[in-house]
Amino acid sequence: MNDHGFLEQALVYLAAGVIAVPVFKRLGLGSVLGYLVAGVAIGPWGLRLIAEPGTVLQFAEFGVVLLLFLVGLELNPARLWALRRPIFGLGSVQVLATVAAVTALGIALGQPLVVSLVAGMGFAMSSTAIGLATLAEKNLLPTPGGQASFSVLLFQDLAVIPLVLLLALMSGGGNGAATFDWLSAAKAVALIGLLVVAGRYFLRPLLRFVANTELREVFVGFSLLLVLGIAALMQAVGLSMALGAFLAGVLLADSEYRHELELDIEPFKGLLLGLFFIAVGMSVDLRLFLDEPLLVLGLAGGVVALKVVLLYAVARPFYCGRSDARLFALALSQIGEFAFVLFGAAGQILPRATIDLLNAVVAASMLSTPLLMFVYVRLVAPLLAHPGTRAADIISEANPVIVAGFGRFGQIVSRVLGGAGIATTVIDHDPNQVDLVRRFGTKAYYGDATRLDLLRAAGADKAALMVVAVDDVEAALAITRLARQNFPRLRLLVRAHGRTDAFEYVEMGVPAVRETLGSALDAAQVALRELGFHPHSAWRIAAQFRRRDEAMLAEHAPHRHDEKKLIAVSQQARADLNALLREEAARLRGTEEPGWR
Amino acid sequence: MPLRILVLYAHPAHDRSRANRALRAAIEHLEGVTLHDLYDVYPDFFIDVRREQRLVEQHDVLLFQHPMYWYNVPALLKEWQDTVLEPGWAYGEGGDKLRGKHFMQALTTGGHAASYRHGGHAHFEIAELLRPFEQMAHYCGMRCLPPFVTHAARLVDERALEAQAAAYRARIVALAAGELPTPFDTIPPAE
Repeated sequence: MNDHGFLEQALVYLAAGVIAVPVFKRLGLGSVLGYLVAGVAIGPWGLRLIAEPGTVLQFAEFGVVLLLFLVGLELNPARLWALRRPIFGLGSVQVLATVAAVTALGIALGQPLVVSLVAGMGFAMSSTAIGLATLAEKNLLPTPGGQASFSVLLFQDLAVIPLVLLLALMSGGGNGAATFDWLSAAKAVALIGLLVVAGRYFLRPLLRFVANTELREVFVGFSLLLVLGIAALMQAVGLSMALGAFLAGVLLADSEYRHELELDIEPFKGLLLGLFFIAVGMSVDLRLFLDEPLLVLGLAGGVVALKVVLLYAVARPFYCGRSDARLFALALSQIGEFAFVLFGAAGQILPRATIDLLNAVVAASMLSTPLLMFVYVRLVAPLLAHPGTRAADIISEANPVIVAGFGRFGQIVSRVLGGAGIATTVIDHDPNQVDLVRRFGTKAYYGDATRLDLLRAAGADKAALMVVAVDDVEAALAITRLARQNFPRLRLLVRAHGRTDAFEYVEMGVPAVRETLGSALDAAQVALRELGFHPHSAWRIAAQFRRRDEAMLAEHAPHRHDEKKLIAVSQQARADLNALLREEAARLRGTEEPGWR
Repeated sequence: MPLRILVLYAHPAHDRSRANRALRAAIEHLEGVTLHDLYDVYPDFFIDVRREQRLVEQHDVLLFQHPMYWYNVPALLKEWQDTVLEPGWAYGEGGDKLRGKHFMQALTTGGHAASYRHGGHAHFEIAELLRPFEQMAHYCGMRCLPPFVTHAARLVDERALEAQAAAYRARIVALAAGELPTPFDTIPPAE
């Protein structure tokens, strides 16, 4: 089976990914699990379409390298410095606690000390690829829980180096190995120093030189060369490739080529990371699963449960938010790919059968994360977010204006009103958001504004106006209907998402502001100015558009359920608007041709 | 024949106005009067020209009610003149939509009546200061009616203001009923 050609292999990988991933995405289970299952299916224990997963795994590791590079690009040195406490504090506590707990448990279960200790080191690792990819797919990376996860993963990347050295010592490398270690440590430090200096002084001019060729593929090629080159250098001195790529990313985070690099690397990262997950799936030893399913699954389940408990326990003192700590604990609950490396390095001190078993446990734990995340995000989090964990705050003030939803939209409305001397009572249903704005000195109350008792507590029967600024379309409609039914004297102003819900508000007679209309028109106005239109002309054209668009919305609202009619009137209206804008532009332009033509 | 009167009300700080508010209240609900508050309708100064023209076409008298700012109208009312009175509609070829209508101003001043004379603080008489409006009306084929002037708007006492508002109301009631005063024009009407 080894003589499959390159083309056939590529076909198998692509087809497996293209079939499995959309299915799993559609089921809501996420792409990571899709790739893993695709890997199991085509691997030596499935359909046997690919015989040797090892080589692919090595190649696909570059997916993780590119992922870390992209993560680095998002973090400039200042932000990285701000994360030092979670990285070193949370990271070291997590690793030490896990090693200690697993070792103790192993000994308690009658395993030798060495086996328990090696297992502990391996099990302390989490998978950067699975953790970060799962969080990124659900847009949870920027949350405090996501940041903590990232910090700990970064620490583990660092920790794996001394752990591998320790295993080498335990294997009986003796003194010779120890002196060699000093040399390689010096090399590593020197290389990192060199990288920082080069990144600061040479990388940008070099990028500019390459960018000036204006050949896109050359820039893409250079980006890849850069990342892989640094990774190779890192590996040469015994550091992790991913760590090197991450460092390179951080050094370029402030450069003007950041977005260009992001765009160029992103697709390669996606494909290679997919390949990586497929390779992990292929390496799952199904024979052990079939021979001793209870042992493997029991161990994996036990380790994952232990990790969740430990991670939650160490995260709570660092991060006050319970939901953040839960997210963090689940994202890092699997055993990572570094465990394969560590168990590999322990080849001389552990029996082969033990290593195989440990590897199978690692693979099984990796499969568990997407499933756990699915269950958590879909089923558990919504339950916990509702009263039960945290009761709605008791609202102790009565103001003329209530602002429901205190995100990017509600905050601005509330600040403008505050500046004009009008106090607002602010409610938000996200406990973390409430805690956050409170730390910045804004008084906000936690509570669900779709509940009548909460609206009443906020003073809806006495207030003059309620601004419904929540971002959820259904919730905004529900709050509006509820308020209209129960507080006829309360005036309402709603943040609408788009035309569809704006129609509803037209019908209800409630003033609604479409959330992106104003900023998009601002952007159009700036675009016209950039193209040489006089600022006042640009303003007039945008103002004309806004007036017509708002009039159209009111006119079309009655036809909103009749799609054919709606399309017809919309097309007519769009033609009218275009004619009007052209007339406006021509009128303002006078006889002169604008400069940009 | 009753006349339909369009009052273009222009006061950028209506809430803080005293005289204009009293004057406006005296006429805004009269039969035949349409009160159109420009700063209320166009807070962004972006005037809907077609809509304004249609509104004017439905009336016989165009009345500017405003405080006098720098011997002129507040900026939004000037913007209204600049954008609504287009060639081809108000004047020029085919521009006959205002022909035969009447134009009037109801204005308040800061200074006392005595200032508005040669040698006074303002150096010119009200009629002289209003010449640009007279010519605007003339150019568009409208006849100019005598202005209704309230002097010293901030200083006038409550009783005098009430009397002034009643007088304004009487003028507008008569006008709406079709009683036209002698035109104020110094320029002979165009033929």
